[in-house]
Order: sequence, then structure tokens, then C-alpha cells
Amino acid sequence: MGSVFFIALRRLRAPLILLIVIVAISTAGLSLIPGVDAEGRPVRLTIFQAFYFVSYTATTIGFGEVPYAFTDRQRLWVTFIIYSSVVGWTYLIGGVLRLGQDKGFQQAIVSARFARNVRHMREPFFIVCGLGETGMTIVRSLDVLGFRSVVLDVDERRIQELELEDLSIDAPALAADASLPDILLMAGLRKRECQGVLVLSASDEANLAVAIAVHLLNPELRTICRNHTPAISVSLATIGVYQILNPFREFSERLVLAMRSPDTYRLISWLTGLPGARLPRPIPAPPGHWIVCGYGRFGMEIAGSIQRAGFKVSIIDPRHGAEWDVQVVNSHGADAAVLREAGIESAAGIVAGTDNDSINLAIGIAARAMRPEIFIILRQNLLSNRLLFEAARAEMTMVSSEIIANQCLALLHTRVMGEFLAIARARDDDWAEDVIQRLRETVGDEAPNFWSVTLTKTESPGMIDAMADLPDGLRLADLSRDISDRDRTATIVPLLIVRGDEKIELPTGDMRIFKGDTILLAGSREAERDLRHILCNANVARYVLQGEDALRGLVWRALANAFSRKRKSGAG
Amino acid sequence: MRRFMARENDGRSAIMNLEKVVFGFFILLAATLNFGFVYGDIEDPMHHQMWEFFPVLVVNLIATVLKFGDRTHVGAIHLASSLVAMLQLVGAALVWFFATPGADGQLTPAVMAGIVSLSAGALLANIVSVVIMVVETTIQRR
Repeated sequence: MGSVFFIALRRLRAPLILLIVIVAISTAGLSLIPGVDAEGRPVRLTIFQAFYFVSYTATTIGFGEVPYAFTDRQRLWVTFIIYSSVVGWTYLIGGVLRLGQDKGFQQAIVSARFARNVRHMREPFFIVCGLGETGMTIVRSLDVLGFRSVVLDVDERRIQELELEDLSIDAPALAADASLPDILLMAGLRKRECQGVLVLSASDEANLAVAIAVHLLNPELRTICRNHTPAISVSLATIGVYQILNPFREFSERLVLAMRSPDTYRLISWLTGLPGARLPRPIPAPPGHWIVCGYGRFGMEIAGSIQRAGFKVSIIDPRHGAEWDVQVVNSHGADAAVLREAGIESAAGIVAGTDNDSINLAIGIAARAMRPEIFIILRQNLLSNRLLFEAARAEMTMVSSEIIANQCLALLHTRVMGEFLAIARARDDDWAEDVIQRLRETVGDEAPNFWSVTLTKTESPGMIDAMADLPDGLRLADLSRDISDRDRTATIVPLLIVRGDEKIELPTGDMRIFKGDTILLAGSREAERDLRHILCNANVARYVLQGEDALRGLVWRALANAFSRKRKSGAG
Repeated sequence: MRRFMARENDGRSAIMNLEKVVFGFFILLAATLNFGFVYGDIEDPMHHQMWEFFPVLVVNLIATVLKFGDRTHVGAIHLASSLVAMLQLVGAALVWFFATPGADGQLTPAVMAGIVSLSAGALLANIVSVVIMVVETTIQRR
């Protein structure tokens, strides 16, 4: 705000000085020129009277000639006052109006307001750089999850769109280049409340620039970066970006996962899905011969993945050829003859993966007409085409922004989710089946809430206090006791314990847990709320752990301590 | 502000900056006028004319506005000293305004002393302004 004030003062300096001079000369002149009172005696206006007269005349209020009617000599001077003061005021008002329309001044006001809003943020927030479809989805979901976001995007129109969004608390947003250090700092990069940076613009180079700036300014911060280019991916990994999200690779890997281990695929989509979603039906993407239409960045990833999984691929693309030995048909895909040439009669599935939604839809329709039972995957580029793609009834639809958004949210919402996802991918289908079974037994068909707790003084002070009293330490099963009746179990399934570098997956209830452990849990929303209460409140934690209603006040606790000590020494 | 005799190619040659001239002029004038008003017997209304006080007030106001918008540290001190001077002078003006004249139409010595001492405070602030300006000028190697 300071800079806005100073800019305003600087711009208005000349008009203000002109006005002061005019008023001073008018006042002095008016009080020097002699007038007459009601009886015709000579009298002069005092400086104050003159100033009062000039003030109301100059501002065109005009109360008349007070305290006495003026002489002609005075009126001559007043005429001068009227004209000159009008000039002065017009100049000043013009200056103010010009200032209001000045682009630089407006920019200063907007960024000052942005900086102030960020400065006053006391809740945990994320910095979102790049407000495309992905960014918008993430801002919306962060809002639902109770996090706030600070948004940066070069495009002013996108920022204006954000203002129309119905967020529970407005997200401060600024149209600026996020790779500039000043802008990042203004967005709160070094604030304690900042939880991480999400770099989500569509340009890989811009994302790299932002990631580097973030890394240099605040290396501790977790950065999640969207990227489609393998070369840049390497640079990002080098500077230590926490997660690199490549929607094309992510989808390709999932497709192969769906072919080879459908249950792992289901588990992962459950883990990264939105809370409350139902467990997806198992859709086995059939192994076999696949046709990939469009050999761009997406086509390359998906064809490569299918090939690596050991299945046959044919490519249809008007321009590109493949680097390896594979059938290539140089044409668009929405053509019966071309599809037949690529071998649709015997294909297990077809991927319509060009960057043009109309072509993708056309391919889907053509393929369905020729082989009604074929497995169709459509790439949807624009969120606004959602209705068309739903109507196309493809078996799978690939929406980059949705994949990134879901992945991002799962990672942000739950601390060790990234580790668990990595484990899930590495394990086989039986393992996943087992996990799904466990979850369904406890929480049912609806997607459980996934959350993590860390046993530290700051995050679970109550539990740390209460577990000190336990003779044989804290067991995992103690965390899933019901808050109102400790003999019942809450709907909680522990999935992973992270202790330093050690990772214990699917731990059992009698496993001991220690201070500093991070535990990934699944369960209902109520169970999460109750557990957080237990972790924070030492009295509740004591009840849950030991079954006694603990003494509450400081005095009572001190008395009890003294008493038990005396008893102990007496016994000893 | 326009520059007098601006020669862009040679920064070391003497460039007279109109802005600096105006700035220096008003700061100095504010101090000298203030001094002129304060000078004399503190209780004697004959030594302190109303028509001397009016320009002091106006010139100080202009000097204050001239200092607007400088975001440097020195600029801030400049502005602060001017604001102090204005505060003192407005105080003096108000005392003058509310004072009831004595039997001979003149102000009583007590009131006059109040006005003059308030203006003397403003003079001190103005002197600070002048000192800052002089120091700033000597530090500058151009």
C-alpha cells in the first residue's frame, strides 16, 4: 500500500502546489484590499475571513459576500479568484482522474492488495503457478479440502475468471510472471504457512524456470511440477522437485497396469480419486494388439508403454513415423479404410490420442461402428467437451488436467501418499486385491478418506504426553480405538508406517509405533476427526490408551503426582 | 521536471536540475521566513507581524508538498521534518486565531510569546531540513 500512496503523492505534487499558491495569493489579496462595513466605515477582512471566503468560492459553493457586501475593488479581485481557482481545481481533479486510469497505478494498487492479502494469511496455503484447466480444478479442490491457495498466472483473463469462481474464501491472485523472484516472494514463498508450490502451466520451459526460482529461494519447500518433456524432467529431478507429474506417462503406465494387474489399477485410482467416490468397476483393458492414433507426446508415451508391456502396437499418424519396428499408417484415424489397414478387425483396443478433440471423437465413433466390442480410449483435451466425451461412451477417457489434479491432491492432502503409491505400483495384483478387501471390510464401497498422522510434539501433542505413561509403549491398534468407547474399534485401516527411511506396509495392529513415525491411514471422515482430537488432547488420549478419566487441572495433577510418589517411596 | 542545460552524454559536467533548484529554494525560503518571523523580542507584538506569519505558513506548505513521493530514507526524514514544522505552525495559527486581543487591539504578551515559541519550534524543524539538504548535497559526488 505504501508504494501506491507514494505514487499518488508524487503524481499530484504539481497540481497541489499550484492550488496552494492560488489560494495563498487570493487570500492575501482579499485581506489586503479595504472594504466597508454596514455603516460605510473602512474595514478589512482578517486572514481567516479571507481564507474562508476563498475556500467556499474556489470550490463553487458560494455562500455570498460575508460579513459585509464587497466594494467594486474587492469584487474585481474576487473575479480573479474565481477564474484562477477554477483552473487550479480542474487541474487537481484532472490529475486524480488521470491517476485512476493510469495502467501503472492500477497495477500498483492490484499488487499492493495482493501482497497485503498474502501477508495476512494465517492458514496453510499453496502457491499455484499457472491457472489453466488443471490449476483451476486444483484451486477448487484445495478450497474443498480446506486449504487456501495463492494464484499466479501471466494471463490476466484467467485471473479474472478466478474471481467469478465460487470459492469459500477468495484466493489472492495476481497476473504476473511466476518465475520472477519478487513475485514469488510477494506470493508468500518464504511464509511459514506456505505448504508447497504447484507449478502447473502448460509450458514446460516456464515450469522449469519457476521450479528453479523456487528451489533457490526456498529449498525446503515441496514443489510439484507438471511436465511433458523427458529432457526437462531430468533437470527437474536434479534440482530436487518433490514430484514431477507427467499426465501422459501417468496415464500410459496406468493403462498398462490396467492390462496386467487390474486390481492394482483400481486401488491406485481409488487412492488418487476424490474422497467419496465409489470403487471403480474393474475394467480390464484387454491385452493384445493395440492401435494408437496420433503419435505426438502422448502417443509416444502410450505406444512405448504398451510395447514395453509386451503387446503389439500399430500407429496411425499423418506425419510422424516411429523410431522402432512397428506398423505405421500415415493418415488420420477417422477413416474406415485406414483403420482396417491398421488391423482393427483383430485389435484389442484403440487409443484416439491426437491433440484435437473432434478427430479423437471421430476416431472413436468410426472404431465403434466397425467393431462394437473394441476397447476405446479417448484423449480429451478440453474440459469443456466433457458432455461430448461422455456421450461417446468410451471405455476410458484420458483428461490430462484431471489426472494431474487428482494426483496433486492425493499427494498434498496426505503426506506419505507418494511413498504408498510407489509401493502399490511395485507390488502385484494379489497384494492390491488384499488391500482393497481390507478396506472394503472396514469402510465399505465408498472411497475412504486417506490421511496421515505424525507423532511429533507439534502435530500430536496430546498423544506424545499420554504415551509417556504407557509401560510397554504405544501399539498401532491403540490408534484405532473408538473415542467414546475404547473397547470398540473405529473405522480405521492403517496402510503404511514411515520411520526415517524405513517403510512398513500394511502393518498389523500389535506393531509398536514410536515418536517421529508417520502413519498413513484410511477410514471414514468421522474417524479422522476423532483421531485428530485424540492426538491433540492429552486427556482424551489417556482415556483411549488407559481407560481412565485423567485428572484435568494443574493442581490436581500435581497433587496426584505427589501422592503417588509418596506411595511409591513408602512401598519401596 | 525539465532539466536546464541537460547534456546526456556527459554526466560529470555541471547539470543544473530545475527540480533541485525549486526544491532548495523553497526549503531555504521556509527556513529564512520562519527565522524572520521569530526574530525579535518574544513578547512584543510589534516584532512579529501577521503578514510575516502568513507567507511562512504558505511556503512551508509548499515545501511539504514538494517532499511528497520520495521513497528514500533521506526523503522520509525530509518529509517528517516538514510535517513537524507544519504541525507547529498550524498550532501557532490556531493560538493566534483563538486569542482575544487586549484593550489596545494588540495581542497580550503571553499569547504572543506562545505563538512565537511554537514558530520557533517550527524553525528548528526547518533548520533540520536545511541541514539534511546541505549534507545530502555534499555527499553527492556529482
